[in-house]
Amino acid sequence: MSYSGWKVIWQGLTGNTGWKPAWREPDPKAAYDVIIVGAGGHGLAAAYYLAKEFGVTNVAVIEKGWLGSGNVGRNTTIVRSNYLLPGNEPFYEFSMKLWEGLEQDFNYNAMVSQRGILNLSHSDPQRDAFARRGNSMRLAGADAVLLDADGVRQMCPFLDFENARFPITGGIWQPRGGTVRHDAVAWGYARGADMRGVDIIQNCEVTGFIMDKGVCMGVETSRGDIRAKKVGVAVAGSSGRVMAKAGMRLPIESHVLQAFVTEGLKPLLPGVITFGAGHFYVSQSDKGGLVFGGDIDGYNTYAQRGNLPVVEDVCEGGMAIMPMIGRTRLLRSWGGIMDMSMDGSPYIDKTHIDGLYFNGGWCYGGFKATPASGFCFAHLLARDEPHPTATEYRLNRFRRGTMIDEKGVGAQPNLH
Amino acid sequence: MIINHPLLGPRDAQEFTYLGDASLIDRPDWQDENAAEKFHDYLYIRDNPAGQHRELWYHEQGDRSWLVVTRDTLTHEITNVELARDVAIAGGRGR
Amino acid sequence: MTQTNRISGGLVDRSKTLNFTFNGKNLQGHPGDTLASALLANGQRMMGRSFKYHRPRGVLTAGSEEPNALVQLRAGAHQEPNTRATVAELFDGLAATSQNHRGSLETDLMEVTDLFSRFLSAGFYYKTFMWPKSFWEKVYEPIIRHSAGLGRLSGQEDPDIYDKGFLHCDLLVIGGGPAGLSAALTAGRSGARVILADEDFLFGGRLNAETFEVDAMPGSDWAERARAELTAMDNVRLMTRTTVYGAYDHGIYGALERMTDHLPTSSGKPRQILWRIYSKRAVLCAGATERPIAFGNNDRPGVMLAGAVRAYANRWAAAPGKRVAVFTNNDDGWRTASDLSRAGVTISAIIDSRDGEPRAQIPGATVAMGGRVMDTCGRKGIRSIKLVDGRTIDADCLAVSGGWNPNVHLTGHQRGRPAWREDLAAFVPGEDLPAGMAVAGAANGALTLAAALSEGRAASEKALNDLGISPNGGDMVKAEDEAADITAFWHVGESKARAWLDQQNDVTAKDVKLAHRESYRSVEHLKRYTTLGMATDQGKTANMLALAIMAECTGKTIPETGTTIFRPPYTPIAMGALAGRARGKDFRPYRLTPSHKWAEEQGAVFVTTGMWLRAQWFPRPDETHWRESVDREVAGTRGSVGVCDVTTLGKIDIQGRDAAEFLNKLYVNGFAKLAVGKVRYGLMLREDGMAMDDGTTARLGEHHFVMTTTTANAGPVFRHMEFCRQCLWPELDVNLISTTDGWAQFAVAGPNARKLLQKVVDPEHDITNEAFPFMACAELTICGGTKARLFRISFSGELAFEIAVPARYGDSLMRVLMAVGEEFDVVPYGTEALGVMRIEKGHAAGNELTGQTSAANLGMGRMVSKKKDCIGNTLSERPDLNRDDGLRLVGFKPVNRVETLTSGAHFIALGKSAVMDNDEGWMSSVTFSPELGHSIGIGFIKQGSERLGEVVRAVDLVRGKDIEVEIVSAHFIDPEGERLRV
Repeated sequence: MSYSGWKVIWQGLTGNTGWKPAWREPDPKAAYDVIIVGAGGHGLAAAYYLAKEFGVTNVAVIEKGWLGSGNVGRNTTIVRSNYLLPGNEPFYEFSMKLWEGLEQDFNYNAMVSQRGILNLSHSDPQRDAFARRGNSMRLAGADAVLLDADGVRQMCPFLDFENARFPITGGIWQPRGGTVRHDAVAWGYARGADMRGVDIIQNCEVTGFIMDKGVCMGVETSRGDIRAKKVGVAVAGSSGRVMAKAGMRLPIESHVLQAFVTEGLKPLLPGVITFGAGHFYVSQSDKGGLVFGGDIDGYNTYAQRGNLPVVEDVCEGGMAIMPMIGRTRLLRSWGGIMDMSMDGSPYIDKTHIDGLYFNGGWCYGGFKATPASGFCFAHLLARDEPHPTATEYRLNRFRRGTMIDEKGVGAQPNLH
Repeated sequence: MIINHPLLGPRDAQEFTYLGDASLIDRPDWQDENAAEKFHDYLYIRDNPAGQHRELWYHEQGDRSWLVVTRDTLTHEITNVELARDVAIAGGRGR
Repeated sequence: MTQTNRISGGLVDRSKTLNFTFNGKNLQGHPGDTLASALLANGQRMMGRSFKYHRPRGVLTAGSEEPNALVQLRAGAHQEPNTRATVAELFDGLAATSQNHRGSLETDLMEVTDLFSRFLSAGFYYKTFMWPKSFWEKVYEPIIRHSAGLGRLSGQEDPDIYDKGFLHCDLLVIGGGPAGLSAALTAGRSGARVILADEDFLFGGRLNAETFEVDAMPGSDWAERARAELTAMDNVRLMTRTTVYGAYDHGIYGALERMTDHLPTSSGKPRQILWRIYSKRAVLCAGATERPIAFGNNDRPGVMLAGAVRAYANRWAAAPGKRVAVFTNNDDGWRTASDLSRAGVTISAIIDSRDGEPRAQIPGATVAMGGRVMDTCGRKGIRSIKLVDGRTIDADCLAVSGGWNPNVHLTGHQRGRPAWREDLAAFVPGEDLPAGMAVAGAANGALTLAAALSEGRAASEKALNDLGISPNGGDMVKAEDEAADITAFWHVGESKARAWLDQQNDVTAKDVKLAHRESYRSVEHLKRYTTLGMATDQGKTANMLALAIMAECTGKTIPETGTTIFRPPYTPIAMGALAGRARGKDFRPYRLTPSHKWAEEQGAVFVTTGMWLRAQWFPRPDETHWRESVDREVAGTRGSVGVCDVTTLGKIDIQGRDAAEFLNKLYVNGFAKLAVGKVRYGLMLREDGMAMDDGTTARLGEHHFVMTTTTANAGPVFRHMEFCRQCLWPELDVNLISTTDGWAQFAVAGPNARKLLQKVVDPEHDITNEAFPFMACAELTICGGTKARLFRISFSGELAFEIAVPARYGDSLMRVLMAVGEEFDVVPYGTEALGVMRIEKGHAAGNELTGQTSAANLGMGRMVSKKKDCIGNTLSERPDLNRDDGLRLVGFKPVNRVETLTSGAHFIALGKSAVMDNDEGWMSSVTFSPELGHSIGIGFIKQGSERLGEVVRAVDLVRGKDIEVEIVSAHFIDPEGERLRV
């Protein structure tokens, strides 16, 4: 059923008993054209675009837990396309454009809220780096505004301009950046894919890959073997574990990123604010909570929880830049496992195994990439060639020496 | 977390800086005929296990020892801590 | 107004009266009261409005699980939103206002949303507000945002201070109820180092809320006696008002101690302290939380949990109503009736969902066994209740008990899952507890008194045995187990009206059913779709009911349906406390150079570079623009001599028989054959072939080198070198010490640099050009015997030296250099002039060494020796790093010399459009060159070194500039390097 304001009113008048399931709960078929492992944001988006844009509808998405239980279910909801490097920026701008039409496209209000994202600078070299980045964004068709300290003050008078350890000298602002209701993204894609015939199979764990003469023919699961012409894996956070079942070692480490939300408050923040010098970024949800995060804990882990030093480090950053938040309270903290890649940029590529495709390595930037990642993965699965905006996301790029290293910290995943 | 430093006893993990998999000790020979491929794998490819992980920590706020810590990436339990230098020598480096 | 509902007994101090205000109304209470108990004593049932429908709400609980009674406490910059009245201790002058209403609490204009609730069912917003597209940010979202949110921050800086600390113990006891006191007494008497923490301001837990006896005395008296005994033990630390909020790795717990929240002002003392408790063992004795039953209009003010009603009457001597009815599915509810009846409060009815005989005789009460409450009446507080059998019974308070949920939260902080116990109809801790943690008492499902006391003792004894301490707990405490039979009962199916589950977020039983119908069936879907359990109480009283209703819908059991994951913190923690003292200027420490005080005296302007503060320039009184000062400093240096503090550069002392070989492996260029007394520039790569750092290294002796690094990389380079030394080449005899802070170092640059230095260097040291040529170094003495190091190196392109002395002489050396330099008109110069001169010389610095540039990019590809192994050598040979059209660092001049170049501009060939496909590189550093009289820049452009003389566009869209620039050599001044060799 399609959603609209009229439907909400009609259902309200008739007791809300006519709403239909947003998706089916099908049993797996014996075989599909394409299986996508992982019903997180990227997997669901890939299935949706496969069906909608590429006409491939005989698709199953296999999920160990509940749909949307990937990192789409636990992030700080920020969307932006403020990247520096040519390997990244066109892709993220493509994603931003997909965000901008997403709700109408899949008929689900994911609350794409373009209230802007501001990155603060604290020195002249940092301002110059932001200018370089802003120009990259503009060259790729994105929007970017370089602000001086007064410009930042006008936008965010509550930041610490008087007593700051790292004085604010300006910032770069992307007006089209913002936030999206993260769970709704998963649900909207799931519903849209399901409507087009995709089977989303929850509570079904992939235990292995069916291999025949070096070709991937499907997956072994907790609910039996399921065959497919192509298998795409989109399980960021668990990439190492899942791809190990195909005998692959990856240029990825798994790390935990913590995120936080405070109690609900009346509106306070205009958009997203990023305080790089203090490892702190924050936005305010529509419900009123401040949603914020910082750096990864920094050690390899698959446990979805972090430790106190990082909690404190992040909150220190928050208090340093916004001393007015001292009396609000941290309500909940959580940890998600990130595929930290070796240059901080992702992979959307065929593997050396025929029939097996991989999408991962999103570090902690995967949420904003969801639409483009899904689209580009669908493109690769359907056509066997990379989408034009994702040509650099190859697994072999380190052999060639074509790193996409936004931070310039080299092959140390926990620094990206 | 608490790391039981072999020389200094239990120390808070905050005193340390993390690097990554202890296989980074096993730097390939530059004159190997497959040096390019070996260096690629050495620097970029990881086992990334869910379970026991041998990893390098540097006691930056302490005695500057590099340690090899054996830690479970599912539970964070630490079962062994060694001086990385000892591990390197035992592994044949420096010969 | 008098305390109309104050009854006799209780643990409040009637000898003192405290005045407070609620929504401006003057009220009185007593020490020992919470805001909620005082409001109830004053007959104030309504305390807040719900989040979504702005329904009138009263207090539901008597503890930190409270969903409804949230207030704004205090005023001005001290304003504190979303404070639970149930845990806010009353103090004289307390001012509280209710929140989330437009108009008064009683007549909230936003209440209109409740009338439209049929259109606002769970997740309605996902189905609408999509058209027209632009309306979301402009119309819909602002409306939603303004009606959402709870309390309000003042917008001012938090005026309070917060502290942090570490504590260590053998045994941490979390919760000071019967189990916790029993555990702490056992461990304390046995000599273990014990910390006992409780979120309440009184130890005793439910002992203070019940009328039980322990050791033949009232439970609260026993708790007080236990507290007194524990207080007298040196090995025990008692912490009230302390919430242990999180269980982290390796026995580390986070705890928040509230120091002054119960006082009118903090008087300059820390408001709260964030403790990190390092424990060898922990016993979780966090008790249990009562849960309600879902039925129609079960959210009206006056509907409360039965245990809370009992607590208000027994502990706080406040009767929540004059005519109290009880609705229960267990024996516990009956105690509310008997306790209140004994205190003289009328019990109008007892409705027990179980069949069978009444559990007690309560005078005057209607008893309905097998009965169920279907609805309540009374808009702003209940007046009566309706039973399923059609009876209406008057009541101004309905005490509801649906059973108790053990507080297992901390057992799940490391991903452990709770286990279901059918006999309790509740989840108890599972097998997979955090290492070192045990659970005892109600938190472990031992919901009765004697069981809690003995479990606390047993858990403590086990922990002591683990630690090798013999338990010596003394006599067993005498107490009896009370009746605690329960038959699970979750919601009244007959109710037509909305039955509320999550009272703060306004989630109803219908919402759960709708979520099920729409296939949001996993617990996580249920939570996220309906917002159940996402309010400030994290669903402590709501989640189980919703889970039970979802289980009914799916036909699964409750444990099959699952639980959501418990995450820290147990209760919300102020951001200020998590930040502690690290705010404002104290956010991070400052590093100051040895000449800092002197520079301050000169009125220097400082700049933050990493942790360092460095002098940026030294303005003179007549100078009005920073460029004037900088240009003067450059001219003064190039014209005569200038001095700059360069102490911040990293310095690493390298010694050992294999020091030269070590450096040879570290740097891309050769160091093995560097002569003693010489300095060499070195480039260091990361293993991936990208430039890591550069600097000069001096050979002071056969086995002794001193390396300099860039300021930013001093730490990372040292760490890298230790890695190479310990992990890669353990066979080398070499040792490293970071001496960045040990030596003060000054650049002395300009044609008169030598003359100036000759005035401080002791005469026996010859520093003439012949004896001490470019790239020489020496250890010598200055100023009559002070040891120093002199390096003839130049970043400015002038005849230049760097002179180093032990840091303690840094300040005086700066003063000496300035004094003896007077005859040469010596100028101090800051980082800005340093930058101007380095760009004029085309030297790469931080803007160029971004970690994204290779030796080839920097124009130093040929330095990388192919004849030896060094870090980064092999991988720097990868094909894409050696492309013919790779980026090269070159210089740029504006074609029209009056134009100003900007850093961050991108290069586009003439005639091409400004799009990413045509992007050829970027300008990395620019400056106005005083010597050339125009703007210059250096930057990276494809094949730059082969394009000298070509004109391209420097496009700076974010600054609105687009100018033509000529590609030139980056060596703008003295390209042959003649000046620095004189």
